[in-house]
Amino acid sequence: MYAFEFDRPATLDEAIALMSEEEAQALGGGQTLIPTLKQRLAAPARLVSLTAIPELAGVCVADDGALCVGATTTHAAIAQEAAAHYPALAALAGNIGDPAVRNRGTIGGSVANNDPSACYPAAVLASGATIKTANREIAADDFFEGMFATALEEGEIVTEIRFPVPEKAAYMKFEQPASRFALVGVFVAKFAGGVRVAVTGASEEGVFRWTEAEEALSANFSPDAISGLSLAADNMIGDLHGTPEYRAHLAKVMTGRAVAAAG
Amino acid sequence: MAKVSMSVNGKPVTGEVEGRTLLVQFLREGLGLTGTHVGCDTSQCGACVVHVDGRAVKACAIFAAEAEGAEVTTIEGMADADGSLSTIQQAFQDHHGLQCGFCTPGMVMSAAALLAENPKPSEAEVRDYLEGNLCRCTGYHNIVKAIMAASGQDVAIAAE
Repeated sequence: MYAFEFDRPATLDEAIALMSEEEAQALGGGQTLIPTLKQRLAAPARLVSLTAIPELAGVCVADDGALCVGATTTHAAIAQEAAAHYPALAALAGNIGDPAVRNRGTIGGSVANNDPSACYPAAVLASGATIKTANREIAADDFFEGMFATALEEGEIVTEIRFPVPEKAAYMKFEQPASRFALVGVFVAKFAGGVRVAVTGASEEGVFRWTEAEEALSANFSPDAISGLSLAADNMIGDLHGTPEYRAHLAKVMTGRAVAAAG
Repeated sequence: MAKVSMSVNGKPVTGEVEGRTLLVQFLREGLGLTGTHVGCDTSQCGACVVHVDGRAVKACAIFAAEAEGAEVTTIEGMADADGSLSTIQQAFQDHHGLQCGFCTPGMVMSAAALLAENPKPSEAEVRDYLEGNLCRCTGYHNIVKAIMAASGQDVAIAAE
């Protein structure tokens, strides 16, 4: 790991000021960033830890019923604190990595990193969530811009993710057993106005919505509704764990399972 | 270098660290507490698990400076006050829950975190909780038995 300046501000204002410095990088729980730094794949001049800022952590319910999750809320805390209000999101959080990783890793870190195989982007996109930063709000549909790419500007800090809570929802992850990331994961969310389906782990473009499945499921919310559909293997990830065709097939299977699980 | 202060195994400690100093380096090299092991340094093996404010974390995936003001517990803090083995440690000995012993500090710390959260886990819950702790010797059965025994439950396990 290369050396860097380390700051652990106690307020958001201090964090924003520090993030405007040259080559500053925000640090959430570090469960991705610290291994990345060790491999010298990242070499920021300054790390700004966000986990000592009290207002960035915690789960609450807004007046409109949406679930507000502070950016530095850990996966373990979401698994517990979101369970009553948004059980599908809590279940997703409780199945990321392993217990020690869940005790450090944060939702804001995961969303800002936009790993193409991470779980949270599927929940954020399928829920039609809003990503709040220190100075604006970004709709999930505009936030994820491809593998490890987001709409965040240089130095911009994610402060909260606001999830509309669906009538029914479920996440199904086909786990890569060594990394415990999603080989393919599908989050299905049924709202009064229609169904949203987001697929992670499969595409070279990162998380995406499967709009054909959304239309079919909006008309008939049952696994049978997608039996005649198929996803093209173009742009799917191919690696030693699975071919593009395998991932495309798996996305359909996991969508069906998620619909069945959502009931 | 910056000053860091925390409580380790109930004792206040301070030290000088770089930003990039990992908690595990501070514990081992700064404080001489070498019971916390570095198995992989890629946050996969769990040999470095310690408790930070009561929660199991991988000490190779947290900077020492992030533990400023925290209560840290390591394997050196797990024995009973009179120096005898704690219930979990004794159960690992009784059920031969180790061979080479390298992963054992992390296994004991994870087991303690599990039992604090869930005092009577099922065998499946024990195995699930140990997902981030790798043992290359035992095949896990005796570790699972030891944790079941430490929770005061029957040690017969389904895998045998």
